[in-house]
Amino acid sequence: MSASTLIETKSPVGSFTSEAFAAHLASQANSPAWWLDRKRAAYETFASLPLPSRTNESWRFSTLAGLTLDGFTTDVDFIKEQITASEARISALELKAKGGQMGASFFSNIPHGGPLVTPLELASRGVIFTTLSEAVIKHEDLLKAHFMAQPQKLGSEKFAALHTAFVHDGVFLYVPRGVEIPDPIVILHRATGRMAVFPHTLVIAEENAKVTVCESFDSTGSASNFACGANDLYAGPGAQLTYVAAQNWSRDTLSFQFNSTVVRRDARVRSLNLHLGARQARHESLSLLQGTGAFSEMLALTVAEGAQEFDQRTLQIHQAPNTKSDLLYKNALRDQSKTIFSGLIVVDPDAQKTDAYQSNRNLMLSDDAEANSLPGLEIQANDVRCTHGATSSRIDPEQEFYLQSRGIAKPDADELLTFGFFEEVLSRLDNEPLHDALRGLIGTKFQR
Amino acid sequence: MSQLEIKDLHVAIGDKSIVKGFSLTIRSGEVHAIMGPNGTGKSTLAKAVAGHPDYTITSGDVLLNGASILAQEADERARSGLFLAFQYPSEIPGVSIANFLRAAVQARLAEGEELDATAYYKRLYAKMDLLKIDRKFTSRSVNDGFSGGEKKRCEILQMAMLEPKFALMDETDSGLDIDALRIVADGVNALRGGPSAPGILLITHYQRLLDHIVPDHVHVMWDGRIVKSGDKSLALELEAKGYDWVKKEFAAA
Ligand SMILES: Nc1ncnc2c1ncn2[C@@H]1O[C@H](COP(=O)(O)OP(=O)(O)OP(=O)(O)O)[C@@H](O)[C@H]1O
Ligand SMILES: [Mg+2]
Repeated sequence: MSASTLIETKSPVGSFTSEAFAAHLASQANSPAWWLDRKRAAYETFASLPLPSRTNESWRFSTLAGLTLDGFTTDVDFIKEQITASEARISALELKAKGGQMGASFFSNIPHGGPLVTPLELASRGVIFTTLSEAVIKHEDLLKAHFMAQPQKLGSEKFAALHTAFVHDGVFLYVPRGVEIPDPIVILHRATGRMAVFPHTLVIAEENAKVTVCESFDSTGSASNFACGANDLYAGPGAQLTYVAAQNWSRDTLSFQFNSTVVRRDARVRSLNLHLGARQARHESLSLLQGTGAFSEMLALTVAEGAQEFDQRTLQIHQAPNTKSDLLYKNALRDQSKTIFSGLIVVDPDAQKTDAYQSNRNLMLSDDAEANSLPGLEIQANDVRCTHGATSSRIDPEQEFYLQSRGIAKPDADELLTFGFFEEVLSRLDNEPLHDALRGLIGTKFQR
Repeated sequence: MSQLEIKDLHVAIGDKSIVKGFSLTIRSGEVHAIMGPNGTGKSTLAKAVAGHPDYTITSGDVLLNGASILAQEADERARSGLFLAFQYPSEIPGVSIANFLRAAVQARLAEGEELDATAYYKRLYAKMDLLKIDRKFTSRSVNDGFSGGEKKRCEILQMAMLEPKFALMDETDSGLDIDALRIVADGVNALRGGPSAPGILLITHYQRLLDHIVPDHVHVMWDGRIVKSGDKSLALELEAKGYDWVKKEFAAA
């Protein structure tokens, strides 16, 4: 008896039992067989893989005890009842306020606030903006080619498999060759109750297409959530893709987010991830530079406070000559918070003239906070320029005094200086309203 | 009418004693010039009065309208009406002049009171025009990459916006070209003639500033204290003779 209890508590599946998975599959009855098979295979992988262990280098510094999979539900019906009319209104308003003419919102995995609408003019040019559940039916080939198609190399094979197994819905965006979408597309994901959420966003920008996608993740109330999301970004030759995400889950959330970015010849992808919420948040980001002239700009900002832990793992893989990647991750740490940055630049043997940059900068606003940096290089070509570095610094006391001498109280001075520290990243966004929206969100973390 | 009293102030940096018994009383509307050789503690005095945390006040007091301000942090002193124009203003990358000044103005509002953004910008632009500072500067980072003269003009802009009761101006003239000096002096003189004229402590090495901002009193600081005081003619005398005669006179006394 006691032995079986022990096995149960050590179970690597937690709430995501085979029964829960069977119920989830039943809710996906409209999906094609290949999709369900894929989910079954993913569930097998998830259930068979162990939880990360201390000896696993890709989980170095992570608080493994925080990776609890218990206490969540995947029962979509359970949650449907909880979505109140007032929440629905809020979400519709937010979408408008954010200025998106195209947008989507999800409450606990469920598309919400009406069907996803593609404006006629864009639809007539071949733009597809729809739910993942519809895309698996209508766009099998594109899904097969792009959905979770890149290898999970950053340590979360188990959780990425969990995502595929339980992903309920998401956004599918296809921008055909040469089409430019001027306004940002806004996607909101909201978690509620103890529902486990699996947000997914798949963006395919074909040759010379241009699009900006903004995602926001948050929670109603302060319930403990489990989030396991992914986004797959594909930029075809010459495409320009901007991806901005703001993670603001409740403070009791365990969050995983997996990004893969494929950049083809002369394409340019700029991604900016803002990390504010969750109790423990793991973010894995992979950029694959696959064609000459490809450029991936990987940006992130984190405000860590209380006992929050932000765990960021990145991989820049240069697979073709004359490719460029530029990573800048900035963390501001307060209280007893903790951040981990582990980044690797890989340059394949024939990726000559690679220009790769990787930088992690930490602003320590407290003596009790802990910032860990593990920058790395793996270079197999001989004619490359690769720079990497990590720094941790405190507020400059002379700058602080200067602000205080103008009447600005110390906490406000530190907030201003934190914004100053972040500006190098924020200023890379050329979209002013977006820039302001992110500043506003960051500001909420400094409200007293 | 306000009064800033510095009473027998002793200041140390670490265990090194720098200011050694400095006393001076400044009233609203008065301009006191302080001159003195390099390293005599002028900037240390100014920063200590402004509340720099590294500067230990070992004895003496600083009173604003009769109440000691020594227990206050720098920001409280500033909100009480003190202003320090720095000899070497800090560069703050990523923080725009507009946001910085806005925070400073906001800090002076009552709890819960909202800043009127339109009125704020109107006032800011008016002051900038007066000081002949290009409006484009509002979006530039505070002092970041500014020329020496631009930094000093920016200090005066802040002073004009914050309307202090007392201003400690530490070598605001250094780095200014002749036109800028006149603009800055005009700015200060405008405040001086206004209804709420501040008391000013003007630290300088040069008579040329005092031609434009004519002081009521001139003091010579040497080795951490005032060794000689006089009217504006003292500055002219110093210009002509240098500091040696003061030192000799002081050593003899
Ligand atoms: N942080 C510090 N640590 C140690 N000594 C210091 C420090 N700051 C200033 N001092 C010393 O204190 C003395 C007074 O410096 P201060 O800057 O006050 O002089 P000053 O009169 O303003 O000179 P100047 O005319 O050159 O501006 C100098 O000897 C200086 O080297
Ligand atoms: Mg000085």
